[in-house]
Amino acid sequence: MWLSTVWFLVRKDLLLEWREKNAISAIAMYVLCTCFVVYQVFVSVEPKAWIALYWIVALFAAINAAARAFVQEQGHTKLYYYQLVGPQVMILSKVLFNSALMLLLSLLTTAVFALLLGFPHQGLGMWFTISALGGLGLGISFTMIAAIASKATNSGVLMAILGLPVVIPQLLVLVQVSSKALLVLPFSVIYKDLIGLLAIDAVALAVALVFFPFIWRD
Amino acid sequence: MAAALLLVYTVVVGLMGPIPQREILYETIRNLYFHVPMWFAMIFLFIASMVHAVRYLYTSKPEFDTWSVEFANIGLLFGFLGITTGMIWAQFTWGAWWSFDPKQNGAAITLLLYLAYMVLRNSIGDPKTKGRVSAVYNVFAFFAMVPLIFILPRLTESLHPGAEGNPGFNSYDLDGDMRRVFYPAVLGWAMLAVWMVQLRVRLKMVKEHLYENSI
Repeated sequence: MWLSTVWFLVRKDLLLEWREKNAISAIAMYVLCTCFVVYQVFVSVEPKAWIALYWIVALFAAINAAARAFVQEQGHTKLYYYQLVGPQVMILSKVLFNSALMLLLSLLTTAVFALLLGFPHQGLGMWFTISALGGLGLGISFTMIAAIASKATNSGVLMAILGLPVVIPQLLVLVQVSSKALLVLPFSVIYKDLIGLLAIDAVALAVALVFFPFIWRD
Repeated sequence: MAAALLLVYTVVVGLMGPIPQREILYETIRNLYFHVPMWFAMIFLFIASMVHAVRYLYTSKPEFDTWSVEFANIGLLFGFLGITTGMIWAQFTWGAWWSFDPKQNGAAITLLLYLAYMVLRNSIGDPKTKGRVSAVYNVFAFFAMVPLIFILPRLTESLHPGAEGNPGFNSYDLDGDMRRVFYPAVLGWAMLAVWMVQLRVRLKMVKEHLYENSI
């Protein structure tokens, strides 16, 4: 029952997105443009810089994607949802939707980066695991930040101000684990960092689930 | 009062008292009595701020919101003092104001987090929404700060003590003479900080009271 409501809301968001394609096309354009600027400026990059640039592009793509999370849930529509579903259901569905969006974006960014700047990683599976976990974490944190920022008047600026310091720990771990994956270290060395990444994601999700109700209530 | 006594003790004995002689450090080791307690005080204040934010969320009493903000305000002040004393000291011992050190970076990001909290508060008009939303951000910021200050620096190489697994100082770094000053110093600075918070909260309450009487 509870989960089916979440699934229903996610499907609704996906369907709306599929019909209008405004978020995904805007962010895809953003990714393409940034990748091309990076390519024009650097032409070819070292593996270490590749990782740094990748996460910077992913970070701002996440900010842009999540900024739209609560645009539809304002005014009357919000009241409607407020009566129908609980806050936990709402935040969970938004987190899932944004994470799905982030997964898609990380695939796209990886593809464009690989095309223009080359692909320094040895194992494809390892890189996709890391970028998926990173996308998930960024999706969770920025969904919550978007909920907070949607309450303020200048929410566009606030998204970046509030979000960047919050996700820096995640990004540091991500860059670290990506660099380790680059060196083709054995899995036993890398999996500790992956666990750390999962732990950060779990804490962010737990805080979001416990404290989102206070934001949802008006 | 007790805080003042402890701080007088810290300053007098801290500047005059015996210290272990170390290469490079020499007399600058006395900065331990000022730089490190600033961070202790900041952490205490941010914990208190987070606790009051949660209490505000569950009770909706405005005074908890006031406490939460003022703890964060003074925490920021002590954070800035900590980073300044650290930078001055680093210039003389490590040779640079800022060397890419995980604890320095973590501390700077922590200050950014709480500055963002202040910006958020300024951009919401309605006091109830402001209190609730910023309290949620406060909790979020706190949980982002914990890995920054306590976990990440220990995983990477650092110029600070406590890197690569062993937390804090060991008996080699801190002898008995220094301990006798260091612990009172931590207590003194923390008490001073809490006293400053109390003053600010009282001032705010008096102001609100006067405002209510005037209308």
